[in-house]
Amino acid sequence: MGNPALDAAFEGGAAFVPYLAAGDPDFDSSVEYVEALERGGADVIELGLPFSEPIAEGPTIQNAVVRSLEGGMTPDRFFEFVEALDVDVPLVCMTYYNLIYRYGAEEGPRPFVEKAAEVGLSGFVVPDLPAEEADPLREACDEFGLDLVFIVAPTTTGDRLDRIMDRVSGYVYVQARLGVTGAQDDVSGQTASSLDRLSEYDVPKAVGFGIKTGDHAERIVAGGADGIIVGSALVDIVAEGHENGDDVGAVASRLEEKARELKQGAERGFAQRAPEAERT
Amino acid sequence: MSETTFDGKFGDYGGQYVPEALMPAIEELNDAYQRYVLENEDGFMDEFRRRLRDFGGRPTPTQHAERLSERYGCEVYLKREDLLHGGAHKLNNALGQVLLAKYMGKERIVAETGAGQHGTATAMAAAHLDMPCEVYMGERDINRQRPNVFRMRLNGSEVNPVTVGRGTLKEAISETMRDWATNVENTHYVIGSVVGPHPFPAMVRDFQSVISEEARAQMREKTDGLPDAVLACAGGGSNTMGAFAEFVDDEGVGLYAVEAGGSSLDVDEEAGVAPNSASLSTGSEGVLHGARTKLLQDGDGQIMESHSVSSGLDYAGVGPELAHLVDEGRVTAVNVDDDAALTAFHRLSQLEGVIPALETAHAFAYLEEHADELGETVLVNVSGRGDKDLESVIEETSKRDIDIAPDMDAFAGGF
Ligand SMILES: Cc1ncc(COP(=O)(O)O)c(C=O)c1O
Repeated sequence: MGNPALDAAFEGGAAFVPYLAAGDPDFDSSVEYVEALERGGADVIELGLPFSEPIAEGPTIQNAVVRSLEGGMTPDRFFEFVEALDVDVPLVCMTYYNLIYRYGAEEGPRPFVEKAAEVGLSGFVVPDLPAEEADPLREACDEFGLDLVFIVAPTTTGDRLDRIMDRVSGYVYVQARLGVTGAQDDVSGQTASSLDRLSEYDVPKAVGFGIKTGDHAERIVAGGADGIIVGSALVDIVAEGHENGDDVGAVASRLEEKARELKQGAERGFAQRAPEAERT
Repeated sequence: MSETTFDGKFGDYGGQYVPEALMPAIEELNDAYQRYVLENEDGFMDEFRRRLRDFGGRPTPTQHAERLSERYGCEVYLKREDLLHGGAHKLNNALGQVLLAKYMGKERIVAETGAGQHGTATAMAAAHLDMPCEVYMGERDINRQRPNVFRMRLNGSEVNPVTVGRGTLKEAISETMRDWATNVENTHYVIGSVVGPHPFPAMVRDFQSVISEEARAQMREKTDGLPDAVLACAGGGSNTMGAFAEFVDDEGVGLYAVEAGGSSLDVDEEAGVAPNSASLSTGSEGVLHGARTKLLQDGDGQIMESHSVSSGLDYAGVGPELAHLVDEGRVTAVNVDDDAALTAFHRLSQLEGVIPALETAHAFAYLEEHADELGETVLVNVSGRGDKDLESVIEETSKRDIDIAPDMDAFAGGF
């Protein structure tokens, strides 16, 4: 089960996993922005395919979704977007289930997954698809060799954790605090207990929701995370550049710089870990 | 009673499509639903029924409508949910859920509202049961339904405007889900219709089925039989399911869910707008707000902006059980347009002295157009009263030429 590209991305240190909404604010700028993230040190990139009702997102990403949809983003454009990117790191598609379910002539998730495999995506995160409803997508991912990442929330315990861990591959997305996406000014205390509960499961643990600075990244990785996922703090840079009418190149270099700060924070955190805590 | 499934599926519809953070709360709710609602643990259902009677004013009457009967040449009966406290069927569900939240030990209520009717009912139930309550409402709906906004505030609830998208019910539901995901440990989300993840569709139906339970007994008493047809308007479908539930097994009773045809059944794919809210009649299968159901969506699966002259029907989805009953052929999905609904609003007001909600008026518009096909005895669920709609009715009537309406110019000039 799964895709060797994602396994590789989590080897040898803490992975930096940035998120941007594909096509925010328009197709061409967004290609530049995603490529800048790789230059800044991304190990995996989560690309959002915008859905009109993003119930798991806070205002920052909701607004990005609106910009991207207004810029003409569709599932087919998204696949073109992936093909247009010149990056070597694995790409994970983050979207809502209705878009996956509705794609193609055949009913169910298979046509979407087939197309995703064809354009070279490595896996999916689907925030409104709990383990209970995920078997059809899991099967399609197995058929085409893609990973299916699940989110584990602070409220997830017991049977639910086992059910998720039975179906997850690639990495598990550890939601650092309750609520919706959005950059925070401090790191949640819930992260440590979440990582603790997951320690017996042998899959990389990437922590997300609220991470904003290199310092946050450092502390979370030092605390045992195998990776950090950062969305809103990067989308904020895109939004600001768009509102101020800044040059695409200037925004891209700000993104690259922010990515580097976060990656270096993760590396410092990793260096602080006791050798026995390191992944082998 | 229609089928109760414990996995939350109605055929292929239903399920639980929500963020992981909410899943434990949904499991907890499902457990509470089984114990308190289905098994009456701790006398929950007894307390619910007592409060519906004493606070809510149940049973509501089933009234013979003399002038409509004369007009249509059949016997027309009205189930008067407009006489329920708050002026709509919404209290049945709101009171049930707020009470359940209390039994579950929750400390805070959130709700969304379109017409404001569900928000009002929830605010009343929350005040009655001493629970803090916050209601999310689209900005556009706030402007269309000011009396209800004020009623919610009077009852001590906070009303949070939702500005994203078109500012109607769809956006308000998404925003309430976000609040719930943030505060899930102490908060219950009182969803306003038979929509959302399991167990909401089944649970809301159970709370609303008091409508058909009473109506069935009242019809037997008044007519010695059952109606040939039951009509109810369908937004999310809660008054529809409530009015139908106890008749589903009575095969001789035709069940008609009347949707908002808006200004047209055509769709502007490019703009992502459906000028109607007829998801049963024109929608397709998909996943929204926690359930697989029929939706107004474009070819890519993006949800469309819906439209109806009545904000309570202005929603791009519909309850999964209702979608299933329509597929099975047990419920007939029909629709009427804004003009017909507005005309029916005036007609009912004049002929029967009942000012219906604009939502309800859709059911009467269908009766006007199809009375001769419905049989000898027709029961219409008057889901709510129209006081909340007067501003919209004045505005919308002035734009049209409705010959039975009062003279709007004289009205605009003041009295
Ligand atoms: C009076 C009235 N009828 C009907 C509806 C539509 O909702 P549902 O289809 O869930 O009954 C509303 C919604 O606000 C309403 O206020």
